[in-house]
Amino acid sequence: MKQVFGRTESLKDTAFHYCPGCGHSIIHRLVAETIDELNIKEKVIGVPPAGCAVLAYNYFDIDMGEAPHGRGAAVATGLKRSLPDRVVFTYQGDGDIAAIGTAETIHAANRGEKITAIFVNNGVYGMTGGQMAPTTIVGQISTTTPGGRNPDRDGIPIDLSEMLALANGSVYIERTSVDSPKNIIKTKKAIKKAFQVQMAGLGFSLVEILSPCPTNLKMSPVQASEWVSSTMTTQFPLKVIKDEAGNLGAAPPSE
Amino acid sequence: MLLRGSHVIGEAAMRAGCRFYFGYPITPQNELTEYMANGMAALPDGVFIQAESELAAINMVLGVSMTGKRAMTSSSSPGISLKQEGISFLAAQELPAVIVNTMRGGPGLGNIAPAQGDYLQATRGGGHGDYRTIVLAPGTGQELAELTRKAFEYADRYRIPVIILGDGMMGQMMEPVEFPEPIDPASLPLKPWVLDGAKGRPSRILKSLILDTSAMEEHNWKLYRKYQIIGDEIPEVERFLTDDAQLVLLAYGTASRIAKGAIKRVREMGLKVGLLRPKTLWPFPKKSLLEMSRRVSDFLVFEMNTGQMLEDVKLSLEGRRRVHFYGRPGGIISTPDEIAKVINNIYFKEGLESEE
Repeated sequence: MKQVFGRTESLKDTAFHYCPGCGHSIIHRLVAETIDELNIKEKVIGVPPAGCAVLAYNYFDIDMGEAPHGRGAAVATGLKRSLPDRVVFTYQGDGDIAAIGTAETIHAANRGEKITAIFVNNGVYGMTGGQMAPTTIVGQISTTTPGGRNPDRDGIPIDLSEMLALANGSVYIERTSVDSPKNIIKTKKAIKKAFQVQMAGLGFSLVEILSPCPTNLKMSPVQASEWVSSTMTTQFPLKVIKDEAGNLGAAPPSE
Repeated sequence: MLLRGSHVIGEAAMRAGCRFYFGYPITPQNELTEYMANGMAALPDGVFIQAESELAAINMVLGVSMTGKRAMTSSSSPGISLKQEGISFLAAQELPAVIVNTMRGGPGLGNIAPAQGDYLQATRGGGHGDYRTIVLAPGTGQELAELTRKAFEYADRYRIPVIILGDGMMGQMMEPVEFPEPIDPASLPLKPWVLDGAKGRPSRILKSLILDTSAMEEHNWKLYRKYQIIGDEIPEVERFLTDDAQLVLLAYGTASRIAKGAIKRVREMGLKVGLLRPKTLWPFPKKSLLEMSRRVSDFLVFEMNTGQMLEDVKLSLEGRRRVHFYGRPGGIISTPDEIAKVINNIYFKEGLESEE
């Protein structure tokens, strides 16, 4: 019988702890598939965040080193400068990368560190129970914005990816989503390209992935995905924000 | 070589095989950062990054340390406070690192004058959680070179962050120094726990998150047992004119140099006074102090703060001997004459025996 689907090499045989409908499981899978396809399982080092994906090392079957909350880009900088021929990526949530780790991220991008950031944006602090994130959209209810995010009091959501695109050392930045099969395929391509940009030694790459959090949005998985499609993308439009990778974009797909 | 203290540390670090330095400007330790910028640029495999913050610098050290290579950062008091998050993670993940604190007056921004107000922060861990760091307190230019070498050796041997605790005066003072032969980093033994891509072996994790309380307890006890071993193996002191001493001063770093000047003065007057100088502040050299207390009734702790090492001296002696204290915080540098007067006062008040 022809095998049409199987376990990725770069994931352990461990069930995800993520909530039903959470985007992390899909994104883990996409990152792992990319590692397999690029044949870098034995030369990749991942940096998990503080947040829901803090236990990412329980799932990825690759070397991983834990960073303090938000410091992923700095830890990845140390790893990469020490081992320039390895592939180093951070896996960070919106609070981790766009609030507490903003400085580390912007400066790593500006230095053109040859690292890749997988930025999972679900618009909420998930692990701590649904507080306002830097990316919580205006009017969105969270445990710390009970009446909805109020721009006068709370500011407006931060467009970190657009900010990072201004940095001279960033090469490839794309915002995608895992709200539909079509967008999941696009996300996979973006992740792959981000890793290729690093492997070509071009500079900093980042994929921001909009991801549903049904638990903290207090929605069903289907509703949460629909909310990402209909509402979240109005604040965070899906697009290639920066691409200075040149010919790399034309690299032959391995599928 | 005649070098200022800051440069001695930098030179000794590179000779110890350190090829990674991450720093952020802060006075009075910029000379070290600048020395590393030049030094690393001259080494084919040297890496220097002026980080965007102390937080970033210590976390870059964390990243390099995960790969098993020798890395260092340095700062002064306020910047060291910022590094404490990373130091706690280094301690938890049992990663080697060398951190230089060129102390200045505090708290807060304080001033840029030499002080010793960070003793408790350094010797009690400094960041969150139940951990310790090795703390070395050089007293001369030569010792800056020797203890910097040792700092890297201890960090690797015990998988622990090591703090070199100096101050602005030690950083600026120029003294002749003989350096040990340089170590080729490639000659250092490979570490079996590093992250370098799981080539031909199972994947590894370096982490500090331990949600299971029993496992967390065991990790804490594991660290504790390691600290006990370090406490047995590395305490180091200098004894200066203590053989016949009736009164023994305890001081480290710059304060110990002032203390020596004072002791020379009172010795001329026939007072039997010596100095016990800890070179390791953590582990505190309790055994050496207890040994001395069998014979000596009076101790005088002299620090450039309001009394921090004083706590370790009292804890070690457990009330068995008289412990006096003299300190000047805020970046004030006492003179040997000033300390000589303090010694005189205590000496005669306690009726200690002097030479005829």
